[in-house]
Amino acid sequence: MAINWFKYSSPASFYSLSGKMVPIFMWLAVVLLIAGMYVGFFVAPTDFQQGEAYRIIFIHVPAAWMSMFLYLVMAFWAGIGLAFNTRLSSMLATAIAPTGAMFTFLALWTGALWGKPMWGTWWVWDARLTSELILLFLYIGFMSLQAAIDDPRRADKAGAILALVGVVNIPIIYFSVQWWNTLHQGASVSLNQAPAMATTMLTGMLIMVFASWMYSIAVILKRVRVIILERESHTAWVAELRKKEAAR
Amino acid sequence: MFLWVIKRDLLLAMRRRSDVFTTLFFFVIVVSLFPLSVGPEMNMLRTMAPGVVWVAALLASMLSLGRMFSSDYLDGTLEQMLISPHSLSLLVLGKALAHWLVTGVPLVLMAPILGIQYDLPVEALFVLTISLLLGTPVLSLIGAIGAALTLGLRGGGVLVSLLVLPLYIPVLIFGSGAVEANMAELGYDAHLSLLGAFLLVSLVFAPWATAASLRVSME
Repeated sequence: MAINWFKYSSPASFYSLSGKMVPIFMWLAVVLLIAGMYVGFFVAPTDFQQGEAYRIIFIHVPAAWMSMFLYLVMAFWAGIGLAFNTRLSSMLATAIAPTGAMFTFLALWTGALWGKPMWGTWWVWDARLTSELILLFLYIGFMSLQAAIDDPRRADKAGAILALVGVVNIPIIYFSVQWWNTLHQGASVSLNQAPAMATTMLTGMLIMVFASWMYSIAVILKRVRVIILERESHTAWVAELRKKEAAR
Repeated sequence: MFLWVIKRDLLLAMRRRSDVFTTLFFFVIVVSLFPLSVGPEMNMLRTMAPGVVWVAALLASMLSLGRMFSSDYLDGTLEQMLISPHSLSLLVLGKALAHWLVTGVPLVLMAPILGIQYDLPVEALFVLTISLLLGTPVLSLIGAIGAALTLGLRGGGVLVSLLVLPLYIPVLIFGSGAVEANMAELGYDAHLSLLGAFLLVSLVFAPWATAASLRVSME
């Protein structure tokens, strides 16, 4: 059976498909979140070095992973939108940015909360922390560029170029910061040797990672639906939808 | 055509010399403000000097980015350039180099004098100048992308700093790192090599990305 993948690159058909998908992913996110928190708070043992404070790992690590993945996904869709001129891809990229920035901020915040009891300081100029901060700047740059441009088509394309330039720069920035850090030998705390984790801790963390994925997908789809309605408000199918909503 | 763009932009800059001097004096004033705010102890100033000079150079070269395309955009020259049969990337490269000659080179020439204010040793002054010489063209090239993306937007000046400054970070790290390494009597070759690598990479890719951004902005 040949599936016509391009069918869903049209905003109208994607709108109805994503409408069915949002509740599924939302429920998956809720179920996984409850399961992950249960494992994290009640099943996973207390760490013999860090005590109970380590439990913030269950939110910190998924947030940090998502922040990086989402930037790549955003740049991918932005690039597709730029190359093939598909409206939906660009809308998706726009929808991903706030969630990515939220996770970046969350990773920094929980990192600070974790750092205070463990290292005695809210912030160290460690390579990972610094590059996460720069990632936040890149997200903010992307969002503010798109917000400043009134014409949505120009906003899509300009944002895509910026996101792609950012992707090229991410490895350069990451390694610069890492070498800068080793040259200074300033930070006394090393994050590099991860202690061997108990299996239950790892399980809890992975469940939370999946929960974050499901949450991101649900929220991004929801947001892209709003963007579709906003941009396609002049079209016939949106007018019909409006009539249906009004009749209900 | 490439040389023509450089010549034209230089001529325009010479006709309005005050713009060039504004950037230069901004650089001088920012660098001179630091001793006033942190105190005049020479030992501390010496360790701060590379960072301060580099950050000031970053801000100064960013300050003039808005002018790179805006006047050509307003009087329609940019549109003519877009429809001309010559490669837009090449024209953009010419404009970025002209921007560097007008804003970057004066900074490079001024930096050793400001370094003396901070009591840098002679060799460190030399390294500072070399690192700026390699680094400031990268700033102009990357900045051109930001300038092209924000062309004709409300509040473009502030926006461009938001877009461009995170991308400047590697240059900043290795530019000031070279001077610090020299003062710590470590080798600084690796820093300068990396700066050179950034320069080559941005020479190849930045004009291309800038040309694409200009096409987007001019649609």
